[in-house]
Amino acid sequence: MSSPPLLRGAPARTDLTGPARTDLAGLAGPAPRGLDAAELAAVAGRIREHVVAMCAGPEGGHLGGSMSLVEILSVLYFRVMRHDPRFPGLPDRDVLLLSKGHGGIALFATLCEAGYFPASALEEYARPGSHFMAHPHPEIPGVEIASGSLGHGLALGVGYALANRLDGSDRRCFVVMGDGELQEGSVWEAASVASAHRLAGLTAIVDRNGLQITGGTETVNSLEPLPDRWRSFGWRVLEVDGHDAAALTGALTRPADPVRPTVVLARTVKGKGVPFIEGQARSHYARLSGRQHLRALNAVRASAGGER
Amino acid sequence: MATALAPAPARSAREVYRDTVAALLPGEPRLVVLDSDTGLFGGVDFGSAADRYLNLGIAEHTLMGAAAGLAREGRIPLVNTMGAFASSRAVEAVKIDIAMGNLPVLIAATHCGVSAGHLGPTHHALEDIAVMRALPHMTVVVPGDAAGTEELLRQALTLGGPVYLRMGRGATPDLPAGPPLRLGRAQRLREGTDVTLAACGPYPVLAALEAADLLAAEGISATVLHLHTVKPLDTPALLSALGVRDTVITVEEHWRSGGFGSAVAEALSAVRPVRVHRIALPDEFVPVAGSQRYLLERGGVSAREIAARARASVETGPGGPR
Repeated sequence: MSSPPLLRGAPARTDLTGPARTDLAGLAGPAPRGLDAAELAAVAGRIREHVVAMCAGPEGGHLGGSMSLVEILSVLYFRVMRHDPRFPGLPDRDVLLLSKGHGGIALFATLCEAGYFPASALEEYARPGSHFMAHPHPEIPGVEIASGSLGHGLALGVGYALANRLDGSDRRCFVVMGDGELQEGSVWEAASVASAHRLAGLTAIVDRNGLQITGGTETVNSLEPLPDRWRSFGWRVLEVDGHDAAALTGALTRPADPVRPTVVLARTVKGKGVPFIEGQARSHYARLSGRQHLRALNAVRASAGGER
Repeated sequence: MATALAPAPARSAREVYRDTVAALLPGEPRLVVLDSDTGLFGGVDFGSAADRYLNLGIAEHTLMGAAAGLAREGRIPLVNTMGAFASSRAVEAVKIDIAMGNLPVLIAATHCGVSAGHLGPTHHALEDIAVMRALPHMTVVVPGDAAGTEELLRQALTLGGPVYLRMGRGATPDLPAGPPLRLGRAQRLREGTDVTLAACGPYPVLAALEAADLLAAEGISATVLHLHTVKPLDTPALLSALGVRDTVITVEEHWRSGGFGSAVAEALSAVRPVRVHRIALPDEFVPVAGSQRYLLERGGVSAREIAARARASVETGPGGPR
């Protein structure tokens, strides 16, 4: 029996000219890398401003776990990752998978600052018909996967890392997870597969803010001793202050272990930058009133040095 | 003209699948085989493509997620597990990570239906068609025999989207020769004028053919349609086979809810009033051991049941008692 030629018409390996990107043709060039400390702090401040603005929008947003992510994401996109907002699907790009999808607004804000879309796009957040929902969707330029159901990103990261190895590529894959997310069994299933297959090119980052919806992680379903857990699964563990850009940069640019995948446990503060909700479980989801928005904005600007 | 059951071929659908994949892998660099310790590929020599066979261990969620990651980087993964695990344990990863992205991942599901009867209901897949066809972008294919498995597998790999390939465990008899198999198109195996039998899966198709023989002996002539593709369903072929008649009898190896028969009912009822009699396994977990054929007959998926339904529908006729 004759068969059609296999894989005829299969999609190209990457789509460099997808419809969502055509309006980006005017952008100047690759995202800046290697920002100095003051520049990076300014970027982080602007990301926080976007986040609180979205939380003052029609539906509110995941404020606490987005604010805790800001240094992690800004260091990745402005110092560590190889990427180009003009070509989100570039074959040699590094990949970020935001497994804690409820940090979506922090990712949108970071992608906006990195040049993937204009700031006006963020005003559409949570409005009817917008792709900007509480959880990321790949319709948005620069968003690699849909996430939001916890415990999916690390398995996807295993796939990206396997692909990188098969391609002989030095592309890196970063999977950002929440600490509460580590209560999902699928995380540990994937963690085991990653070390068994020696996926040294895979880096997981845990936003260790210590809180989940109903309280502290150690009260609800204890994770400690967390470094030992990861080590026992065959991972290299790096522990850093997740709001210290220099420390994060050091950990995320450290040469890969020859064999083991790496997890960066980043100690963070939920709601970082907004004093009236900082370190509180209730910061998880917030719909800020106009007055609260202003207070939050002032606090963010004050802590960013009040330059703007 | 009795349809004597052909002797079972030496190889099962899943072995034909395995051998086809092994033959394709070296020449198709985008293909990657991800295994979950099924044992199906034991002893297979992939030659120069050995690095594209990866056994992830007993980890079905990771299996699906990793397949999605590979697909997003341009590969075409074939993932291997039992239907029971693909459609239940790992289904959230199938939904979110694979189907939502419309990614070219082929889910090769074995031991489907009650083909692993002796392993018990944890290993039966009797909801998988319902689950998989509910997912946007998913193509659902149920080959009727070993040869059809190779043909439909090759076609499915050209689709560029997710595919659920539903296979059994052991060898099943070859279906009689029919028109060439084309993904998404029903295969008409028997022409008749009195009643339409639409079947999906190896033994259901064989049972429908056997029922057609029983009915022919009584002067009732049945059309037999083999629908190996449940999604997208070949509704035009169903309507064409139905003609002016108002009754279809569906046959499948699946629970009655949500499977092939439900798909047929949904499709036809949108066009015109049609009675759809669903021959399928009853709404219960199968509590006993037995061969695939034994368990199907025990659940009423048999030529005798099909013929009885067909006879009743012909005797009552259009407009008669329902």
